[in-house]
Formats: sequence, C-alpha cells, structure tokens
Amino acid sequence: MAEGVLSARGLRVEFGLPGGRVARAVDGVDLDVAPGEIVALAGESGCGKTTLARALLGLERPTGGSVSFGGEPLRFSSRALKAYRRRVQLVLQDPTGALNPRHTVYDAVAEGLRIHGIADDEPGRVAEALSRAGLRPPEQFFLAYPHELSGGQRQRVVIAGALVLEPDLLVADEPVASLDASVRGEILSLLLRFKEDAGLGALVITHDLGLAWSIADRIAIMYLGRVVEQGPVEEVLTAPRHPYTRALVSVLPDSPVAEPIVLAGELPDASRIPGGCRFRPRCPAYASGEAAAVRERCEGEDPVLAGPESLRVACHLVHARMVA
Amino acid sequence: MTLLEFEDLRVTYTGSRGRIPAVRGVDLAVDAGEILGIAGESGCGKSTLAMAVLRLLPRSAEVTGRILLDGEDLLTMGWGRLRAVRWTGASIVFQGAMHSLNAVHRVGRQVAEPILVHGEASPAKAAARAEELLERVGLPPSRARSYPHELSGGQRQRVMIAMALACDPDLIIADEATTALDVMVQAQVLELLTGLVAERGVGMVMISHDLSVLSAVCGTAAVMYAGRIVERGPAHEVFAQARHPYSAALGAAFPVIGDPASRGRPGGLAGDPPDPARLPEGCSFRPRCAVAVERCGSESPELVAVQGAERSSACFVAQEGGPVVL
Amino acid sequence: MTAVPTSPRALRRARTRQSLARSWAAYRSQRAGMVGLVLLSAIVVLAVAAPLLVDQSQLSVTQATGGRMEPPSAEFPLGTDEVGRSILALTLWGSRLSLIIGLTATLAAILVGTAVGVTAGHVGGWYGWVALRVSDWFMVLPSLVVAIALLAVLGRSMGTTILVIALVSWSGTTRLVRAQTLTVQARPYLERARALGAGHWHQMTRHVLPNVLPLVLASATLLVPSAILMESSLAWLGLGDPNVVSWGSILNRASDNGAVSAHAWWYLLPPGLAILLVVLAFMMCGRALEAVFNPRLRGEGA
Repeated sequence: MAEGVLSARGLRVEFGLPGGRVARAVDGVDLDVAPGEIVALAGESGCGKTTLARALLGLERPTGGSVSFGGEPLRFSSRALKAYRRRVQLVLQDPTGALNPRHTVYDAVAEGLRIHGIADDEPGRVAEALSRAGLRPPEQFFLAYPHELSGGQRQRVVIAGALVLEPDLLVADEPVASLDASVRGEILSLLLRFKEDAGLGALVITHDLGLAWSIADRIAIMYLGRVVEQGPVEEVLTAPRHPYTRALVSVLPDSPVAEPIVLAGELPDASRIPGGCRFRPRCPAYASGEAAAVRERCEGEDPVLAGPESLRVACHLVHARMVA
Repeated sequence: MTLLEFEDLRVTYTGSRGRIPAVRGVDLAVDAGEILGIAGESGCGKSTLAMAVLRLLPRSAEVTGRILLDGEDLLTMGWGRLRAVRWTGASIVFQGAMHSLNAVHRVGRQVAEPILVHGEASPAKAAARAEELLERVGLPPSRARSYPHELSGGQRQRVMIAMALACDPDLIIADEATTALDVMVQAQVLELLTGLVAERGVGMVMISHDLSVLSAVCGTAAVMYAGRIVERGPAHEVFAQARHPYSAALGAAFPVIGDPASRGRPGGLAGDPPDPARLPEGCSFRPRCAVAVERCGSESPELVAVQGAERSSACFVAQEGGPVVL
Repeated sequence: MTAVPTSPRALRRARTRQSLARSWAAYRSQRAGMVGLVLLSAIVVLAVAAPLLVDQSQLSVTQATGGRMEPPSAEFPLGTDEVGRSILALTLWGSRLSLIIGLTATLAAILVGTAVGVTAGHVGGWYGWVALRVSDWFMVLPSLVVAIALLAVLGRSMGTTILVIALVSWSGTTRLVRAQTLTVQARPYLERARALGAGHWHQMTRHVLPNVLPLVLASATLLVPSAILMESSLAWLGLGDPNVVSWGSILNRASDNGAVSAHAWWYLLPPGLAILLVVLAFMMCGRALEAVFNPRLRGEGA
C-alpha cells in the first residue's frame, strides 16, 4: 500500500444500549484517504460519520474490521497511538469548544509540540503554523484568548494546532458548520491550499454536499452506518446512481437532478437497521416499482459496494443495470 | 394586498458597551400569500427584525419607525390589542426547537395551550384540534402523547410549526427554522411551509443565512448586512446575479452543484462580519469589499433601484452599473 | 498591541500575569468578598502577632494576676476567667489554634478529596465506582458523632483533631471535583488533546486540574469555617487538646465554670463573636471566589 494512505476495511463500531440492544453506528465501511486528496464523507446526522472519523483516529475502538495507515494496521497501545496521532490530525466542528478557554492561542497551538516533546524552536514553529493557517502576523495572536477571537479565527487556531505537527492527513469533522456563511469559504480554501502546496490529504466530514462540491476530489455517501456510494465528486454529484444519493442531490437548489425527490420519514435508529437493503423502507425506486426486477434481492440481501474502482454503489438495482 | 410593512425600522440596544444599532432603517413589505426571504449572517439584525414584529425585544431596545400589520401599527398599539395579534395575527417559528419546547409537557398539550388560553374551545376540543394540527404538519396524531425528547429534530420543528398554526395566524415568521436540520428533513419542512402559504394564503417571512434555500422558496429576497438591507429583488435573481458584492459572496458560500465555476473554488469573504458597536465609516461593507471605490470610504450608500423597479442595491459600484464580483 | 515577548517562558509569565490580573479585577468587583478579605487579613495579622501583643505567660493558670471572673476593666478590657486570666489574651491566642486547625484540616481534606475526585472522574470504571461509594458513605455519616467516637478512641490531641475533621469533610470535595472533572472531560478540547496524542498525565495536568482547582479553592474557603466550627464544637464538648487554648476550649471552660449562671457575658461573647467573625469572613471570601471562578454564577462572556 502506498505511503501515508489511511484505510478502513470492513470497519465496524457497535455500542451497547440499555435494554441489551446494540447500535451499529458504523457497520462495515471500506474507505481510503491518500495524501494529496480531499475526500468528503457526507450523510445525515446519525448516519455514523462522526463515529467513523473517531474510529479512524483511534479515538473509538472498532468492534470489527481494521484501520490501517500506510499499510500498517493501527495498534491500540498508547505508544503506537501517540506516534500515529502525530501523522493524522483532527479538526473539530465547533472551534469554541475545541479550545480550552484558559489557554492562550500560543499554548493551544504549542500543545501538540509539548505532547510529542518537540522542544526546538517552539515559538518559530507556532508562528509558522499560525501564519500558514492565515493568522498574520502570528505574534499578534500569541497572547490572545479564544473568547477574544471571532469564530473564523478560532477555527484557524484549531487548524494551526493540527498543522504544527506536520501531519500527513487531516480529519475534519464539519469544519465550517458552526461558522458564518461568508467566513466558510476562507477556511475551506485553506484546506485546498494545504493539499496543493504541501500534499496534505484530508477527510472532510460534512452534511453539506455543496461543500464537497467546492473542495473534495472524491466523495463517499454514508447511510445508516454504511457507505452506499463512492467515487469522484463530479460523477457522484452530477450523475448520482444510488437512490439515496439521488434524493439528497435532488433537494438542493438548482440541482442536476430535475425533479426533487423528498424522502418521507427519517433516518432509522442505528439499533434497528432494517433487514435486506437498509435503505429499502425509504427507497423511492423500491416504492415506485422501478426496482421490481430486483425486489426480492432488495428484501433479502444487504447490497455491498460494487462497480468499477472509481465509482462504487451499494444498490441491487444499479448492479443489475450495470450488468445489463 | 400588503400584509406586513416595515417603515424605516430602527432598533438600538443600550448595553455595557454603549448604544448598539442592530437594525438601521429597514423598509420592507410582505403580501398575503407571499414568502419574503431575509438573508444575512449572525449579528446582521435579522432576528432583531423578527422579534420586533411581536414586540419581543428586551426593554433596553429602542425601537423607532413603524411596523404595520394589516395597516395597524404594532409599535403603538396597546397591550390588549397586541396580545390578540400575538395569538391570531402573527406567530414565530424559531430555530432550536428543543429549547423552545417545554421538556416536561407532552407536545399535544403544548400545541393545545394557545387554543385553550385564547379561551375558544373546551379542553377536549383543543386536544382534538392539536392532533389535527400535528397531522397537518405530517406527524401521526398519536405523537401528541410524546414528550419533546422522544422526538427527532425534524419532528420537533414540525411541532413548533403546528404551535405557530394553532390560532390560524395571517403571518408566519420562520427564523432560521430549518437551519439545524439535515438536508432531507429541511426539504420536508420547507415543503410543508411553502404548502401552507400556497393553500391558505398566509404571508411568510423566512429568515435564513442560506441564500440558496431562500432563492428556491421565496418570491422576494432581501439581504441584510450590519443592520441594513443591502440588496432586494426577486429571490432567484439575487442569488444567481447579485447586484451587491456581499450578496454575491453569501450566494457563493452555497455553491450550485454542477456549476464548474464553483468547483475547487470555495467562495467566501476575507475578514469577519463587523461589530455593530464599531461600524466602519462610509459603507459598512467596505473593509471586506473587493470592488470598493474611493467614495465608499466616506459615504454610506442608500438602497436605490438598479435594473428596473424590482431590483435595488445599496452599492455605489452596482448603482453605476459596474460588476460587483471581480 | 504592545511589544510581544517571544520566548515560551516569557509568554507563559505574561499569560499568568494577565489571568491573575483578570481574576483579581473580577474579585475586586465583589463588595462582600472585599469586606471578607479585609476582615480575614485583620484576623490573620492579629493571630500571627499574638505573641508580640500578649506574652505567653499570661495564659498560665499559676501566673494569673486577675481575680475570679472580673468584669471588663482598664487592666482587663474583656474581663477575666475563673482563674483570673485575661479573656482578651485567651481569645487572641485562641485564634492561632482555631485557624491552624481549620486550615490544616481543610488542606488535608481537599488534598484527599481532589485526588480521589479527579482520579474517580478520569479513570472511572470499577475504581471510580468504589471511590464514589466510599465518599458517599462518609458523606452520610453524622460527622459530629463520628468525630466524637474517633477522638474517644484515638485520644485528644491537636493532631488527632485535625485528622478527624479532615476525615469527616473530604467527601464533599470529592463529589464536587468528580463532577467538575466529568464536565471538563466531556469538553471537545479534551477530545482535541487526545487526538493530538495526549496521555492521561497531560490531560490531567493541562486541562482537568486547571479547570478544577479554582472551584476547589472556592470550596476550600467555604470548608475552613466549617472546620473551625467543628473544632470549636469538639473543644466545647471537652474533646479538644487540653494543653492548648482555642476558642472552643474557652467556651468549654466558661460553661463548665458557670459563666452562664454568673452572667459573665465577657467570658462567653469574645470567643463566640471571634468564631462568628472568622466564619463570616471566610464565607464572604469563598462566595466571592465562587462567583469569580464559576462562570455560571457570573454570567458567561466578557
């Protein structure tokens, strides 16, 4: 496997719930993120995307499958995790909560260096990371506290704190969802610039397909713990194949899918994943009879991601059409 | 027919940091059966505007100008009349339904409450009406017996809408009513709201930071920045061909999928929205503006018609026919 | 912005100065806290200076110069006790013991309480469960009864008094610290620290403890008066160290020797008022500190 590729194979994360039920938050996910590419992981809240991100970072112990980095399976000893976390960094959704209100910007950014015992030229590294994150001149921000900064500036501090360790990959969980609309673009441009200038890869978790369109190379659509469609952004978003992706894209303004398909109901509970195809109870193709030919398979068989390497879909109807 | 009209509305808060102008002279009108969109970011004054309609602002807020609902000035009417208006004239759907619902009461009771308080129906009738309303917003009537925590975010938002409908208002104000929701649930709620407007002829003010949603749902859109309307016009045109650099940037923050111009180029603005207590001189958008000219530093542009009567913009560059995007 | 220091140490110093200045400014705005602080400083100065103001020989029963329970006079401004010692001298010296016991017992209690609370919150699991149950058990015990029983078994001395008071008062701190630890643990910045590779030690020392300690300090200031009251109660019941003078032991002797029936108010009031004042002063400081450190009481924001 190529250097620095983060991959998940058959990854599962389950939580025990009171009453003996089990929530399958992540239910068999295959995903790769390589350096120099931005992968968007999109889905509705409750689909398991945040749990998947935490499992990829080793913050959640998978109950099945594996996470590997650069071909090496992730080990959960504290020493191995610490070394791993130098190379794969997390950017959280809410920068206000992600910064300790008692720590100055300098301390927040230097935290990673101190954890990993990197002592040479600490102020220089912190200044460099801050200015790469767009806070210039960096020295002016050293003594500021998070509450003295705007939301966009706080998120830049969080990003600088991740950059200071010179990671290979960033995992960003809804990095702009809590920011003002006009500020979002600048933060997303940063991620693009890191990719182009330094070959930094990123997994961006989002519910916003527009965000994926603006910055991502590839996209994976997640539904109820499983990736249902995966491929290059242009193809997945302009010609979505999976009925769920089609519906998601169709409700956007000026959507490439002509008729809006508003799905009834809501995402089921992760402890009650329907049998057969998990999307079947809400599937417009199944309900309208469009999928009549593969009806039995939809009811009895959980579809897996299949198709050419670049464009994979987990839908019996799409599979049948590909064969035909 | 004009249902709601703002005439030179100004709201100023007085706090520890002195006088903070939140709304600085807004003129807008909504007709019955129409949806007016107001777009803007946090702190631009759009929520203050919504609260001002029902006089829900804190006492420290100084409100001047006029807000006419069916020709009656809401700002000068007595409390008794205002109460009546709050029940049957207009109602607000806020964002964050979890905080607006009382956690210890069943939702059916909360929906029935305004009907009961208004004293028009017996408890049994009110309960029946509550179930009817829940059904109307797409919830099974049995949900009346649920507590708010047993509902999902989308269902709670539906309950909020049912509460707003309880007394058949003529005007509904939706303040970021779909912001916290997922795309699909948002689509469901928007479908519900536009359906209500179409079938019952109510007027609606939809407030959102998402210009793309407004363009899809509203007839007219107004974009607010630092307490003022900076652009107004048919919603789709404001989104697709902005005549103010701020609307252009706000629109670009929500790219159209399939549009090659936005691919790989996330749109946005440098800098942050201004602090209302320390607005820059001249045009308040100038510090973040890429097309500003010399005049913008000293003079504050008024909202005047550009490209015919329907569009207006408060930007000197646009008023002279120049491009607002570089 | 002013000149910016660039060495990490200078930065840290500047930051510490800044945050201390901020806390002090917040404290100063609390009027009751300032009154408490002035009162407390006065009491501490008097306690420290007691040997300079009053010679220790005046505490000796054999060298007493006054008559039995004399009312206040020019020579004895607060009168005398049943063997002719100056009540003023006794009260001044008594402050030393009351403060020492109050402070050391509190220190011991919060050290134990914080250690148990932070580890219970951070480690959790069966250890956390057991620690919590033990502290619950201590919390529901009637503290005065336990203290009396323990003193009866262990013998009366200053050391055992401190130990006993600490033992019956650590559990409250444990509860508080554990709750605060759990709150901090759930904050996204701990998640960020973990994702940066932080181990338990780093999380505890950089995030959990700095967030817990201000609250501990505030609660400690409120614990001191209860420790002083406990000491006074024990001494009044005759369970204090017989060799030293404390406010409680003065009251104990007063009631034993019929000060109440003799209407010798000067014997009862000074130690009683002293206890009241010191408790009040600590309470005022503690409440003010709580308001400074607990943003929920202050109202979040600037």
